[in-house]
Amino acid sequence: MSDYCVLTRLSKVYDSPKGPVTVVKDFDLSIKKGEFVTLIGHSGCGKSTVLSMVAGLNSITAGGIILAGKELTGPGPDRGIVFQAPCLLPWMTAYENVMLGVGQVFFTATSQERRQITEYYLEVVGLGESMHKKPGELSSGMRQRVGIARAFALSPKMLLLDEPFGMLDSLTRFELQQVLIELWRKDKKTALMVTHDVDEALFLSDRIVMMTNGPEAEVGDVLNVPFPRPRNRKDVMEHPEYYKLREYLMHFLEERAHKKEKPLTNGGNRAPLNPQIQEDAADLIHLSVKE
Amino acid sequence: MRETKFKLDWLILPLLGIGAFLILWFAFTKTVSPDLPTPGKTWELSKTYITKPFEKRGELDQGILRFTWLSLVMVAKGYAIALILGTPLGFMLGISKTFAKCFDPLIQILRPVSPLAWLPLGFVIFAKAKGNVSEVAALFTIAVCSMWPTVLNTAVGVRSIPQDYLNVAKVLKLSRTKTLFRVLLPATLPYMFTGFRLSLGIAWLVIVAAEMLTGRPGVGGFLWQEYNSNIPEHIILCIITIGVVGFILDRLMSLIEQRFRTA
Repeated sequence: MSDYCVLTRLSKVYDSPKGPVTVVKDFDLSIKKGEFVTLIGHSGCGKSTVLSMVAGLNSITAGGIILAGKELTGPGPDRGIVFQAPCLLPWMTAYENVMLGVGQVFFTATSQERRQITEYYLEVVGLGESMHKKPGELSSGMRQRVGIARAFALSPKMLLLDEPFGMLDSLTRFELQQVLIELWRKDKKTALMVTHDVDEALFLSDRIVMMTNGPEAEVGDVLNVPFPRPRNRKDVMEHPEYYKLREYLMHFLEERAHKKEKPLTNGGNRAPLNPQIQEDAADLIHLSVKE
Repeated sequence: MRETKFKLDWLILPLLGIGAFLILWFAFTKTVSPDLPTPGKTWELSKTYITKPFEKRGELDQGILRFTWLSLVMVAKGYAIALILGTPLGFMLGISKTFAKCFDPLIQILRPVSPLAWLPLGFVIFAKAKGNVSEVAALFTIAVCSMWPTVLNTAVGVRSIPQDYLNVAKVLKLSRTKTLFRVLLPATLPYMFTGFRLSLGIAWLVIVAAEMLTGRPGVGGFLWQEYNSNIPEHIILCIITIGVVGFILDRLMSLIEQRFRTA
């Protein structure tokens, strides 16, 4: 499959009182159609900046982004975004929030078709009962479900997920990851997600791009996730490679936190595993599942 | 137990306060100011106005609710002009930084000017206007004085719309009209209604002053006439009426405000 979304030498420079600050420098990434790619890195490393440039909500200083053969120049409903905060309009019901986008994208459709699309996605994310409630009457998990429904209902070329479950408790997070992975499988959307949750990245993605710490963040390493699809959490966690990969990601993030300057070796040359850390990690996961 | 507490809070304690005030008032008339009518005398001379609130005996001798009605009609007209001018002005101040920089200093200078100062200017501006000059000048004064809270609150409301909502509008590529009516306006509404409530309070303050100066029939006009006729009991009647009506208007507006807050 050819590259569907290509980010070429993408850079972001902010002006600050102390002079220009390069947040992201020469960021290269290409995503295949239907692929789920995750950017992982420490907070403030510029991963969200990359995502918001793809979303068109942040201007691009240098380089460019091509999506489905066209250069992106601004925001648009061809990219469905799930923000960290659900960003619902509180004076509209869940249904109206989704419908607002559906009406924009499917303006040639009949009102009945639009209603069906809206209802379909709200039902798939599990809001069939409460689609006519306002965001204030919904729990934070349910609000984020509406956010997911809105993004998918636009029938976008690409999904952009900006730490979509960052503000939820771990149980709700697991539930919504399941909702997301199922919808993604049905709709076969190309997706770019930003997270700092290693398990989330492993469970959802085909490829994980590790970003070096900002300023001047760039691609540090890329990890291919070999777990077969369709995935379920149990199988993924019992996969013989799981802890090795998890350990590798954690190692990368820790290296970055302590030794900012030292670059990590690239590719298959993975750091040796420390059995003690591996055990600790296993315990951690075990605990978070039991919660 | 809870019910008695409830009654104590909103019925008995306020009555106690009013009772204390009446005693103080009475003591005042007996000591410092013998010219001030006592509460009893005030009631005696005012009761025809209260018991026959809708009677019209002459242009400046009408039941108190009739006067109130006349004042309220004027307030409604002036207030409507204030909202029609003030809301879009506030929106422009909130949306455009350039516009705000141009006009904010001017607004800050005009805002504290007293209604008593605007009224004569109103007479000058509308001297050749058709119809009742004093009415037009009074409306002008009400509108100019009462629109500022609406202007400023609307502007603050527009400025404090969360970036999240604007991002939604941007991502969905909503048209300008759709952005205005589906996002900007609903997001600003709570602030606008705070402005509307404060504006109404000022409009009610201004009408009394405007009537006193123009001699138009209404609560304020009646008050001034009774001062000239040396019937202080009626001045007190008017003050109480103005207070009660102002209080009711404020309550009504905050009820509406709360409705929009939850929406």
